[in-house]
Amino acid sequence: MAVQNEVRAPATNGGRSLFYDPRVRGFVFQAALIVLVVLFVWSAASNAIENLREQNIASGFGFLGTTAGFDISQHLIDYSPTSTYGRAFVVGFLNTLLVAAVGIVLATVLGFLVGIARLSPNWLIARIATAYVEVIRNIPLLLQLLFWYFAVLKALPGPRQSLDFGFGIYLNIRGLFLPNPVFGPGSGLFDVAIVVAIVAVVVLARWARRRQAATGVQFPVFWTSVAMLLGLPLCGLAVAGFPVTFDMPELKGFNFSGGVGLEPEFVALALGLSLYTASFIAEIVRGGINAVSHGQTEAANALGLRGALTLRLVVIPQAMRVIIPPLTNQFLNLTKNSSLAVAIGYPDLVSVFAGTVLNQTGQALEVIFITMLVYLALSLATSAFMNWFNLRMALVER
Amino acid sequence: MKTKLLPWLVGAALIGSIATASADTLADVKAKGFLQCGANTGLIGFGSPDDKGDWKGFDVDYCRAVAAAVFGDATKVKFTPLTAKERFTALQSGEVDVLVRNTTWTLSRDSQMGLIFAGVNYYDGQGFMVRKSLGISSALELSGATVCVQTGTTTELNLADYFRTNGMTFNPVVIEKSDEVVQAYESGRCDAFTTDASGLYAERLKLSNPADHIILPEIISKEPLGPVVRQGDDKWLTIVKWTHYAMLNAEELGVTSKNVDEMKGSQNPDIKRLLGTEGAYGEPMGIGNDWAYNVIKLVGNYGEIFDRNIGPDTPLGISRGLNALWTKGGLQYGMPVR
Repeated sequence: MAVQNEVRAPATNGGRSLFYDPRVRGFVFQAALIVLVVLFVWSAASNAIENLREQNIASGFGFLGTTAGFDISQHLIDYSPTSTYGRAFVVGFLNTLLVAAVGIVLATVLGFLVGIARLSPNWLIARIATAYVEVIRNIPLLLQLLFWYFAVLKALPGPRQSLDFGFGIYLNIRGLFLPNPVFGPGSGLFDVAIVVAIVAVVVLARWARRRQAATGVQFPVFWTSVAMLLGLPLCGLAVAGFPVTFDMPELKGFNFSGGVGLEPEFVALALGLSLYTASFIAEIVRGGINAVSHGQTEAANALGLRGALTLRLVVIPQAMRVIIPPLTNQFLNLTKNSSLAVAIGYPDLVSVFAGTVLNQTGQALEVIFITMLVYLALSLATSAFMNWFNLRMALVER
Repeated sequence: MKTKLLPWLVGAALIGSIATASADTLADVKAKGFLQCGANTGLIGFGSPDDKGDWKGFDVDYCRAVAAAVFGDATKVKFTPLTAKERFTALQSGEVDVLVRNTTWTLSRDSQMGLIFAGVNYYDGQGFMVRKSLGISSALELSGATVCVQTGTTTELNLADYFRTNGMTFNPVVIEKSDEVVQAYESGRCDAFTTDASGLYAERLKLSNPADHIILPEIISKEPLGPVVRQGDDKWLTIVKWTHYAMLNAEELGVTSKNVDEMKGSQNPDIKRLLGTEGAYGEPMGIGNDWAYNVIKLVGNYGEIFDRNIGPDTPLGISRGLNALWTKGGLQYGMPVR
């Protein structure tokens, strides 16, 4: 473009008015468009504010500081009915983040497994994976969520007939209850051991790679890492004399108290979202692997690499370039779909903030505006991260 | 309201129809030829479609009564089923002309939401329903219970207040649609289900075995339910308000849908003014002078619609209690027509 302009500029500018200069004209039209858009938004906002005032509907963001007065079942930070609407917003936001993060991890793992299984030479495995994909991705997500919530709920026993799995693990219609480890004094050693183990694993991996590059001798990095990650913290605890006690769930009155509980709403939502999204991810993974030319596999075989190594070292790294951009879309979809939580009573951002708070304050415009902004920011952050990741995974062309 | 075209268009596009809510609801209703009424998504006895798809219920009859007053035809009404969460926005934006959906009259709804209550058609209070098998007889024994509740109701706040005041803990399960709240309660997800007492009686009928559930005696809040309109349209407010009073006055004077034609010949001046045979009380409101006659003839007086929809002879079996006329020890009091 730049070259073209330079060539043309003297020809068009010579003697003619600015009106015919494409650069000036382009600038003027773009500026006019921006002014129009700004005017559009500004007049819309001022009109909305004026009308709200005329109709005597409260406006502004002052409501965020007033007492909420309602309770929320699952909160990752301290929350009580005396907390503010602002805090209720944070509680809902964190719940959305939690279910999105758990959903993304589960969906990715399951999606990769199913995607690879669809390409398996084993007839049965491939057909099961196909059936999974075709059934799950063709049923509306809302129905699946309601199915998991109500069908699964109905099958579980009441609190007094809980399924007892031993070790203080109970399952009933109110959720899954697990013992909560309480770290006593001296367990600082445990934290230190974890940090040491992580550092050691990173150092080991680098050393092993350098050694392999230099000498061609391999080192079992994976299993050594697992052993270190599990073993070192345990050793730390043993040295400190196991200062860990467990807060056991106990049947008290209506339900279990103590321990940690996973609410059925959360389980149903995380399960429904990840199963649904995994079926799409599976197709993306299958497409990505198929996009890698078969010659690559044959070449790897010719070099004497076994099947698993071929997949891990040759096929998947090349498939990733094809997989990551559509994978980002699925992550964004999952995050946005988590707003269906409102149907099954999981206290996410939409349920708590755009639901209860909106209704108690009546400030629909502000509440919906904030909610949209949050989802926008969340989606932009996710795609920014995935773009960065994509750039790293892209083939380095020499 | 601004009338310049650009802001108007943009406002409509950006914020739904808030900018288009007109200040003359009566003219709008007459122009479109029917009343758009915000109703419940399905609360037996108060507002729900029957097996033929006709809307039936106590609140629904209020919508029909307003239509009868405006058009002299109780069928010129369309219903918009609204969840508790959607209802105020639907009214504010002008999607519905009047909201009669067991909605509690509170200060903040009057002062912050641009709404105004036209009266109280049902004095209610919040209660709890539990399974008989739990063996409890008082709401004060509910500490530690899991409670199912619908999103966006005063119920959600009263619940937190009640447990806080009595030093008890609870775990809320908040769901948007009332059907799904009841389903969650029935599946055993919650120990208790809470809503207005009238709603508890209605929802209990939907359970597979209503006799297994009891409604606890505690009423933990005041829930005056009534029709709601937008602020800034006093003419429309007057019509909705006086439709309510006309039905109360009719019951007090013994005028029913069956005897209203005979009553037209009555010499009682109160009845004459009510039925429009003396004076002209409809015209100043912008409707016919026989407005109250139409309401009573086509829909009935307060006692009739109460008995027909929720009274002792219906499956709900609710007694008049606070909703009896003031002459019979209740709170319902019709302002005089004169």
